[in-house]
Amino acid sequence: MAARHRLGAAKMLQNWTPAQTRNLLKGLAFISPWLVGFAGFVLYPIAASAYYSLTRYDVLRPARFIGLENYVELFVKDDIFRTVLGNTVYLVVIGVPAGLVVAFLLASLLNREMKLRPLFRTIFFLPVLVPAVASAEVWRWVYNTNYGVINSVIKSWGLAVIPFISSVELAKPSLILIHVWTQGTAIVIFLAALQDVPSSLMDAAEVDGANALQRFWHVTIPICTPAILFVMLTGMIGMFQYFTIGWLLTQGGPNESTEFFSLYLYRNAFQFFKMGYASAQAWILFIIILAFTLLIFRSSARWVYYAGESD
Amino acid sequence: MQQAEAIASSTAQHLPLTQRTPFKAVQRALFYLMMVALGLTFAGPLLWMLSTSLKTDPQVYTVPPTWFPNPMRLVNYPEALSSRPFGTYTYNTLRYALGAVAGALLSNTLVAYGFARIRWPGRDIFFIICLSTMMIPFQVRMIPLYLTFKNLGWLNTYLPLIVPTFLGVNAYYTFLLRQFFLTIPSELSDAARVDGCTELGILIRIILPLAKPALAVIGLLQFMFAWDNYIGPLIYLNSEVLYPLALGLQQFRTMFQEELMWPYMMAASTATVAPVIILYFFVQRTFVEGISITGLKG
Repeated sequence: MAARHRLGAAKMLQNWTPAQTRNLLKGLAFISPWLVGFAGFVLYPIAASAYYSLTRYDVLRPARFIGLENYVELFVKDDIFRTVLGNTVYLVVIGVPAGLVVAFLLASLLNREMKLRPLFRTIFFLPVLVPAVASAEVWRWVYNTNYGVINSVIKSWGLAVIPFISSVELAKPSLILIHVWTQGTAIVIFLAALQDVPSSLMDAAEVDGANALQRFWHVTIPICTPAILFVMLTGMIGMFQYFTIGWLLTQGGPNESTEFFSLYLYRNAFQFFKMGYASAQAWILFIIILAFTLLIFRSSARWVYYAGESD
Repeated sequence: MQQAEAIASSTAQHLPLTQRTPFKAVQRALFYLMMVALGLTFAGPLLWMLSTSLKTDPQVYTVPPTWFPNPMRLVNYPEALSSRPFGTYTYNTLRYALGAVAGALLSNTLVAYGFARIRWPGRDIFFIICLSTMMIPFQVRMIPLYLTFKNLGWLNTYLPLIVPTFLGVNAYYTFLLRQFFLTIPSELSDAARVDGCTELGILIRIILPLAKPALAVIGLLQFMFAWDNYIGPLIYLNSEVLYPLALGLQQFRTMFQEELMWPYMMAASTATVAPVIILYFFVQRTFVEGISITGLKG
């Protein structure tokens, strides 16, 4: 065994040409900015964060090692953290599919033969360009209970106003509505996927007697599943990190109904200066995202269709 | 009577056709009606913002709301924007955004070239590591980064927001550029190599001129990210003279909120949104193409 290994190694070394060494050096030289950045701004912070998560650290005094105490406290003692987990899962499980479905339907509409298509495409895309801070202010005004555009119409009809962001029941759906409004990127991705649906396949289905709805369900959607997987994954990873609009618009309220993972983490780190406690939260977030990613990838074998595969 | 009969008989003769055409026309009309309704719904919040930014105070409080303020109060804009250093915020945003764009373009071009155009042992492993960093939430790195920048004395400067871009930390841009570089035929590079051109020479003389659209997309994405970024400046900057628009707009809010000065607030919001939208209209085509490339290859 060992002899064969040596032989293999020797053979590899024999095959290792000076040109390969040159290429290795060249390659490393070109990616060297990333190597430095990776070490300094990715690898080190991850390691440090893992360490801090096992400490009590308020920045003023040096970090003190406390083992898994932060994690225990989060899961056993911290009631807010449990609410935060629930809120975040709600946001991801409802918000991501809602955004995805709306984006896919809008893209399907845009994919039809029509006049003024570029205009409609631009209108649906535009909200993505609005900086989150401005978006928060615009929606604050749209949702205003007294003079917001929706409620002042409702008032003129003599009906009861909708307390969009000031009620526990409606605050999360109201934030999800804003998310659904900003689906431009997903729409463009879906539109590109829809344009790749072979018309021969659609024609064949039509000849076989499939109606429009059946064609949409059994041909269009399966062909677009790789794009759907991409949008779902990036959407999920992004949604778990939801921060800016929630932070500005509802500040976690009312009654912690919009206190999401990143908000609570930010509060612990930069308002209460519990850096160790916040780091433990960050690691829990990381693990949850990894688990969801694996879950989606595992399941994707069953529902994602790759045209290149034979079966 | 006769006419009616004639119509009836012609209907009977061409039943499939005549039945189809009005049905199609109605379907078409309904489709456009729906598109217009959806379009107005999606444009609604921005139109509402624009409309409010031009209103007088009484116009804001009319029930039901007016969409077309008459008279339009254009002077809301200079009045609102001069109540805070809006020019400084804009200048700060541009300064840091352009720095970040320069960093992203320079570093990601080099790194993507190393991953796409040179064959070297270990390359694919490094590339997979690079890609997998996309899955790491910013929150995991946030606290150590903050502490590191604090120790370096970089807090309250733009360095934490710019320096990482020069080190190709955003794997998404690297990935995009690499995908694009891979589509360029390798014969072009080989010919240049035979002629004694260095790798850097190939990158500058052959690859870059062909990759202009991809570079434009990266530049734009980074610019828009910087314009939009809130949590970065929130953590790293604390004196108002350094505030970019993302933080500046909040200063407007604390100022106007008390007195419910919605027209001023919407004027400031419109002024924050407008540059990005104007930029988008100039580069729309490149941008949409760039995004669709990523979706398909992702």
